Amino acid sequence: MELAIIIPLLAAAVQSGTPILYATLGEIITEKSGVLNLGVEGVMIIGTLTAFVVALATGSPTLAFVAAGIAGTLTAAIHGMVCLWFKGNQVVSGLALTILGTGLADYLGNAYVGRTAPGFTPIALPLVSEIPIVGPIFFNHDPLVYLTYGIPPLIWYGLMRTRPGLCLRAAGEHPAAATAAGLHVAAYRWFGVLGGGFLMGLGGAYLSLSYTHLWTNNLTGGRGWIAVALVIFAFWRPGRAVFGAYLFGGIMALQLRLQASGTQIPSSLLLMLPYALTVIVLVLSSWRRGMSEAPAALGINVEPAD
Amino acid sequence: MFRIRITKRQERRGWRSCLVVLTAIVLSLVLSGILLALRGTPPLVGLAVLFKGAFGSRFAIEDCLVKAIPIFLCSLGVAVAFRLQVWNIGAEGQFALGAVGATWVALSFPDLPGPILLPAMIAMAALAGGLWGMIPAILRQRLRTNEIIVTLMLNYIAILFLDYLVYGVWKDPTSFGFPMTREFSPQAVVGRIGSTSINWGLAHCLVLGTVVWVFIRFTRLGFELKAAGDSVRAARYAGIPYDRLVVLVMVISGALAGWAGFLEASATINRLQPSIMAGYGYTAIVVAWLARLNPLSIAFASFLLAGLRVGVENLQLDLQVPAAFGGILEGLILLTVLGGGLFTSYRIAVRRN
Repeated sequence: MELAIIIPLLAAAVQSGTPILYATLGEIITEKSGVLNLGVEGVMIIGTLTAFVVALATGSPTLAFVAAGIAGTLTAAIHGMVCLWFKGNQVVSGLALTILGTGLADYLGNAYVGRTAPGFTPIALPLVSEIPIVGPIFFNHDPLVYLTYGIPPLIWYGLMRTRPGLCLRAAGEHPAAATAAGLHVAAYRWFGVLGGGFLMGLGGAYLSLSYTHLWTNNLTGGRGWIAVALVIFAFWRPGRAVFGAYLFGGIMALQLRLQASGTQIPSSLLLMLPYALTVIVLVLSSWRRGMSEAPAALGINVEPAD
Repeated sequence: MFRIRITKRQERRGWRSCLVVLTAIVLSLVLSGILLALRGTPPLVGLAVLFKGAFGSRFAIEDCLVKAIPIFLCSLGVAVAFRLQVWNIGAEGQFALGAVGATWVALSFPDLPGPILLPAMIAMAALAGGLWGMIPAILRQRLRTNEIIVTLMLNYIAILFLDYLVYGVWKDPTSFGFPMTREFSPQAVVGRIGSTSINWGLAHCLVLGTVVWVFIRFTRLGFELKAAGDSVRAARYAGIPYDRLVVLVMVISGALAGWAGFLEASATINRLQPSIMAGYGYTAIVVAWLARLNPLSIAFASFLLAGLRVGVENLQLDLQVPAAFGGILEGLILLTVLGGGLFTSYRIAVRRN
């Protein structure tokens, strides 16, 4: 195989995988606390729009990035209110959030379609970017990609090695026992929803700040749903999420390259690739372990005790 | 200090959930009014345009009924699946494949007489939609694969497949490059009722709605469905074949959505083209939940949400409000209805400590 083709493709895989990675990590935190948020797609697109608008208004991509995280948190809070306060069905609430989020982004972003905003550009890291093969694949990106190198270990450590992480997992595994142990389950679930929403918003921001620098409708294009599937593929582990996100980034990059190469394959069939891969990946992971790795109380609301 | 105490209600009253739905709709309209104001559209004027556009004339009402037909059929299917706690988000894709199946028959045998051609189109549409619904069901039954994501991904795939056909092999050579098939032969078109713009699909809805209602209410299988939906474990213990029910409801669900796809292609646009995908499959989910999965309420809710769509089209024409406004309204209504569920299922008491 020719390295001259493979290396840029893998570098593109890392880049296209990054927004999915942010969103997947966000959903892992949310689901670990026992809340299923199917509104990832809606939360992401609100992040994408917020980042774009703030970058356009202030000229500061960094500010835009943080704003997108906050917008993601606020959007996810709607899900939190419906499920944690009003005990609404988590599946349907997530779907509704996706419908609402995409609608809002199209509606509020209508005036911005086709405009461009300042964003991040790739910065080659000194020294490490010189390493053959690894350098050009991993260390010649924009700062938002580098940031994701640090987040998965941090989440792993936070969830698995700290006391609050243990409590959050307890809220997702056995809320009744956690309550009996004196934990405030609702607070940990709120943290899972809001923290997850923050990361999903950041993932959305990547699409307008680094990936495209412009605003069009439906920029997320199902990435939020792919993230939901990747959580299952990753068995709720941040490390495996990285692998899964880059796999999908790879297939998206490959599809774009094939389209650009003027192949005979119709573009509608090429566009199916990531979605078909999602189904395949999901089938393979459920075949191997099923849902046995899922938090035991995932998607189940805590009934008020008498 | 005040303390809020929430306890589960033993009985569920119909009027209470009606009140909740009404409050939810009003609340959603108020919130969306704020969004209109953000754009500089006076909210009351906007909502008036929306309602006049939806229900203000005979033509508008007819348009609502035409749009309610596919929503009703998809929603009926979605509700049957939801009843069993099978989360079928795939009505949109099953609808697409139904339209594709019907179109294949219409384009392959254009000269068959109507009484043979139309049933053949329906059968093919229901088969295509049903099989598309069966894939996630079998995966869930055999491997416990999450049906929410599979049905959703199959939506994307089905819509792209439809695109592939109308941009490629099925493209009408005389369409000046537009992605659409030939117009169907007159025998392949479901006609209109009298002098109205409403097609006979409305009668299909009446029949299918009744069949589903009788099935749920009066048959053993329908009872098993309800029992299994209430508690999977209890159902298994009682010897109800839960896994087979999952496949059954998904096939029914897909067949109904496929039927809707047939009607949309045959009666409404008389051909296949990408614009056939108007998101009815997602609206159907909102409708099913709004109607608490009850067939009769689904009919009302379909008409209501079809009205919202027609009204939003009017809003778009008159006040240049983006079409996405409809999605916002649907999302808001669904979220507020979900939240309002607290007041129907639980008793809330505020006490002084």
